[in-house]
Amino acid sequence: MNIFINERATSISSNTTLHQLLRENKPDADLLIVNGFPQKEDIVLQEGDRVIFITRGEQPTAEELEALMMSRHTPGVHEKIRQSSVGIAGAGGLGSNIAVALARIGVGHLTIVDFDLVEPSNLNRQQYFIDQIGLSKVAALRNNLKRINPLVNVTAINKKVTSDNIVEFFSDLDVMTEAFDAATEKTMLISGFLSIFPDTPLVAASGLAGYGPSNTIITEHVAQNLYIVGDGCSAAKPGQGLMAPRVGIAAHHQANAVLRLLLGEKPG
Amino acid sequence: MELKINGKPFQVEENSHIDQLLKQLELNPHQVIIELNRNILKKETFADTRLSQGDTLEIIQFVGGG
Repeated sequence: MNIFINERATSISSNTTLHQLLRENKPDADLLIVNGFPQKEDIVLQEGDRVIFITRGEQPTAEELEALMMSRHTPGVHEKIRQSSVGIAGAGGLGSNIAVALARIGVGHLTIVDFDLVEPSNLNRQQYFIDQIGLSKVAALRNNLKRINPLVNVTAINKKVTSDNIVEFFSDLDVMTEAFDAATEKTMLISGFLSIFPDTPLVAASGLAGYGPSNTIITEHVAQNLYIVGDGCSAAKPGQGLMAPRVGIAAHHQANAVLRLLLGEKPG
Repeated sequence: MELKINGKPFQVEENSHIDQLLKQLELNPHQVIIELNRNILKKETFADTRLSQGDTLEIIQFVGGG
């Protein structure tokens, strides 16, 4: 019967067990993952099983890197999203966190647009490091994403998004995300994008400031192809800041909504 | 004439346009997204978009932060 060992299709005899396979293929492996979940006990393998053997401390080969990185994915997810293209308008608190999450799961192509530089007040919530202060956000983020998952294609554009350049930057996407800061920029992007690309889903955010309850941040389908994440009211303003925990919750709501859309599910 | 806004009935003057509706609702046109009869409107068209009896609108307000 056919199974996969570190994503290589392999023929084995029926009734082969996991530990037999281990002894024959990679006896020094100490992490055994079957169909996306660590498996300690010996089991009889089934047709189509996806088995990953990892030896802790060992550097994977280039050929095996992708398979091992995605070995804890729900089976089938990675094949679908590695062909996908997602746009991210803004590389700040929302955008940098969305980009990291989508790079970790192996979305094929990310287009990230932001005009700004990394500065110290960003670091309480954005995915940058002290040694990147002064760099353009998109260049710094691109470097970070390459270190997380070198297989993701990143188009990094160091420009300000306007209603006139949306079509130039954000064509041919499977899903779009709005990750701006100002409310006026959010509405500019949303109405601009959806009038040009009415059939491409867009995931936006509104209301994620402060340290209010996590549970009020939700994902809502508000209009055709428009999803909004947030609590709808917690604005960033004097006396109410933006901080990593709650910003991260909203960003990951957005990233999960993107993933669901790529997999044909409705978010929210 | 009667419209439906966010699922609720709402009365406006005949010959109203979107920009007038937003003034009536005291909403900032730069901080809302409007879906009119299943189409999301561009901000630039608010003054030119006339409302009709029975129109269905979703009006979503945005707050800053991100």
